[in-house]
Amino acid sequence: MHKYIFRRLLMLIPVIIGVTFIIFTMMYFTPGDPAKIMLGESAPHTEVAKLREELGLNDPFFVQFGRYVKNAVIHQDIGRSYATKRPVLEMIITRFPSTLKLAALGVLVAVLIGIPTGIISATKQYSLFDNIAMVIALLGVSMPNFWQGLMGILIFSVYLGWLPSSGFNTPAHWILPALTIGTSTAAIITRMTRSSMLEVIRQDYIRTARSKGQVESKVIIRHALKNALIPIITVVGLQFGYLLGGAVLTESIFAVPGVGRLMVDSIKARDFPVVQGGVLFIAITFSFVNLIVDILYAFVDPRIRSQYK
Amino acid sequence: MSEEKKLLEIKNLNIHYITHEGTVKAVNDMSLELKKGETLGLVGETGAGKTTTALGVMQLIQTPPGKILSGEIIYDGEDLLKKSQTELRKIRGNKISMIFQDPMTSLNPVLTVGEQIAEVIKLHQNVDNSQATEKSEKMLETVGIPKSRSKDYPHQFSGGMKQRVVIAIALACNPKLLIADEPTTALDVTIQAQVMNLMNKLKDEFNTSMIMITHDLGIVAEVCDKVAIMYAGHVVEYTNTKNLFTNPKHPYTIGLFNSIPNIKDDEARLKPIKGLMPDPTNLPLGCPFHPRCPKAMSICSQQEPCRTEIYKDHFVNCFLYENVDNKS
Amino acid sequence: MTDQLNVNMSNEDIKKKSTKKRSQYLEVWRRLKQNKSAMVGLLIIIILILSAILAPFIAPYGIDDQDLLNTLQTPSKDHWMGTDNFGRDIFSRIVYGSIISLQVGFISVGIAMIVGGSLGAIAGYYGGKLDNLIMRMMDILLAIPSILLAISIVAALGHGLKNVMIAVGISSIPSYARIVRASVLTLKDQEFVEAARAVGTNNTRIILKHIIPNSMAPIIVQATLGVAGAILSAAGLSFIGLGIQLPTPEWGAMLSSGRQFIRDYPHMTAFPGLAIMITIFGLNLLGDGLRDALDPRLKN
Repeated sequence: MHKYIFRRLLMLIPVIIGVTFIIFTMMYFTPGDPAKIMLGESAPHTEVAKLREELGLNDPFFVQFGRYVKNAVIHQDIGRSYATKRPVLEMIITRFPSTLKLAALGVLVAVLIGIPTGIISATKQYSLFDNIAMVIALLGVSMPNFWQGLMGILIFSVYLGWLPSSGFNTPAHWILPALTIGTSTAAIITRMTRSSMLEVIRQDYIRTARSKGQVESKVIIRHALKNALIPIITVVGLQFGYLLGGAVLTESIFAVPGVGRLMVDSIKARDFPVVQGGVLFIAITFSFVNLIVDILYAFVDPRIRSQYK
Repeated sequence: MSEEKKLLEIKNLNIHYITHEGTVKAVNDMSLELKKGETLGLVGETGAGKTTTALGVMQLIQTPPGKILSGEIIYDGEDLLKKSQTELRKIRGNKISMIFQDPMTSLNPVLTVGEQIAEVIKLHQNVDNSQATEKSEKMLETVGIPKSRSKDYPHQFSGGMKQRVVIAIALACNPKLLIADEPTTALDVTIQAQVMNLMNKLKDEFNTSMIMITHDLGIVAEVCDKVAIMYAGHVVEYTNTKNLFTNPKHPYTIGLFNSIPNIKDDEARLKPIKGLMPDPTNLPLGCPFHPRCPKAMSICSQQEPCRTEIYKDHFVNCFLYENVDNKS
Repeated sequence: MTDQLNVNMSNEDIKKKSTKKRSQYLEVWRRLKQNKSAMVGLLIIIILILSAILAPFIAPYGIDDQDLLNTLQTPSKDHWMGTDNFGRDIFSRIVYGSIISLQVGFISVGIAMIVGGSLGAIAGYYGGKLDNLIMRMMDILLAIPSILLAISIVAALGHGLKNVMIAVGISSIPSYARIVRASVLTLKDQEFVEAARAVGTNNTRIILKHIIPNSMAPIIVQATLGVAGAILSAAGLSFIGLGIQLPTPEWGAMLSSGRQFIRDYPHMTAFPGLAIMITIFGLNLLGDGLRDALDPRLKN
């Protein structure tokens, strides 16, 4: 198991280097001169040229890339924001707790709704409950998140006045964003739980469990759910990883001071170091979540556990 | 057959599967009985309704699409069809157990074999966890697996070993009736004999009655006291093993025997039964076997034959014998 | 046993065998027709396509017909979905918007399918180092959440319809590469492919004529759901101001412009959102139905 985790961590290195390269290249070729962005459009040419020299922007592409990687590895320095002049890593880390909180709440809501609904739908396939749940779930998958968030604001903030429409300071502020993320994620989890359970329920070992005289609820929970869990864990993990990368749209609707919103603002402001660092940070987080998901498989399925050895 | 000590009696059982593509008449007007300590063989091709019969006795038919239309399944004097789910759960795994065909898929991959045996013990016996574990380890040893392996998962066992585990689960509560659904079909030939011997030995040891579902007449000769030959959901011949092997009557049974290679015969070719099993959603009118029957008469395509007792304890559903009986 | 099978096979069966390819698609269509929700989905898509083609005839007003005397009207007989802050008819703009959405959906999926599919086919067919190289590249792309990848690409390329389609297309390349690679891997060792190789067919032809047609099922399903995903992503990009810009009647951009009026004139955000939702819903219904029809084993 430790060996497996170590091997996976090693495999992360080329991925992270690749991500760094791609995003660095993309930002390098993005139109707009960083020196001009920092000094303002009206800055005199001599000033701009001086700053370019200072920042090393006149060096060849690979020299710049090498410097970026070196600083990142040795000094944990992934650049400074053009706009605020603060270290990018620090800016991201300040924003991360809000994103984490939002992602965790959203996934929690989704799991609490999605898994039980999926199980009931599967055990009562084609029943009225199943049909209604599936239509709602498909609507949930089809609804644009940002629109749903706006409609939430309209109903709960504007008409009913129950909840604040923006900010992220108090638990009351968390509810709408968490629900916005939660409902669409719940829809995905419901669909996955249902199809995974349907697959498992037909297996011979479920019949064996019934032939032992086991009560139906235990057949479902103890025998079926545990086997159906792997695709469910995958979806939950993937969604969580995604949300950690910033529920970009939800964060910008509800003015949540998270990583996703930072990314959008920085792109609009052409604050390249923040975008670069942000994407890198998010890719690493995402990869770690995926690794954790793979490790979780081993806890659920002994067959995978023995493969990891 | 005598009235005393009947453990199981199936009367006029009809089970259908109702699907979009049509109604599958899986079991039709079936009547069988089993005395304590006896072994009944249920023989037929794939799709003849053997497994459906077994699942019917277990009351584990998937509904829908399956439906028990009519009949009685009397176990120990009580009709299982009239019992509630709670009552049935006390019987399943405790008084009636089943061994399924494919050991590769009938064990839960995420639970240890020890847990899976202990589960049935905990369900039906008043024991705590440690006692159940102890008993499950004992059961493992009974089927010839060292108890040190009780913490292993199914994927760590071979097919034959898995079937031993399934047998341990089935016998853990000392059931009065064991239904074995082709327990050795999925195994290698050498392992088949081992598993068969084990089952035979344990059946005697535990004094269990058994229904052995198989398409292998060799197994029938080895373990069964009596046999029901099934064809397209119908029992076509029903008698004791000796009668069946020395004096098969129904043309289908005779066909089955002819399609077994016989080393003593000089004939180079086998004589297979011509044709295929009829489409179960669209059984032919009259006797279901008549399209393939070498001795078919005109009446066979019009009327269904009734069960005729040609000798004591030898029942055949065929007009060849019904006519003789009726007219003479 | 085989002789008996043949004897029992009716003429119809034999005919079926000889026209297997065509009847396979007929069979899929027959199964799809029985699926009511898939038909609802198909109907929604057909209506959408028709409204895109016939937009000038359906829309009561032009795309940019501003009527500054009638701004921010709530829905009425003249303006079924009301007007926006420039007095433009929202219904007309939604009808015209369907052109944009379909374009974005189909073209970006086309880009992803062609690039991703080719990469996947090459990786799966040739295997070895090339496979490793391509799939590691896909892993790198997959490590960046697709919306973020799309945002970064748009940032680099600049706004506009074309760039949005490229960005959304690129960000969904890896999923096609994976699907095609997986089916190529299962197909390439099958007998009909070996037979083709034995008679000297070249690799490109084998991939195009033998492997791709046989791995269409998962690709079709992924593409249908992919069109939905692409429309959503594009709308999302436009919503945060990084995609298609006003005055183009893109649904996401319209929604975004209605945002500042949401307290008093919610119809400006509600209708474009509904249009997106119904479109995606239709595509999802059809996609689910296609999956069941193409592979009945998977049907739940």
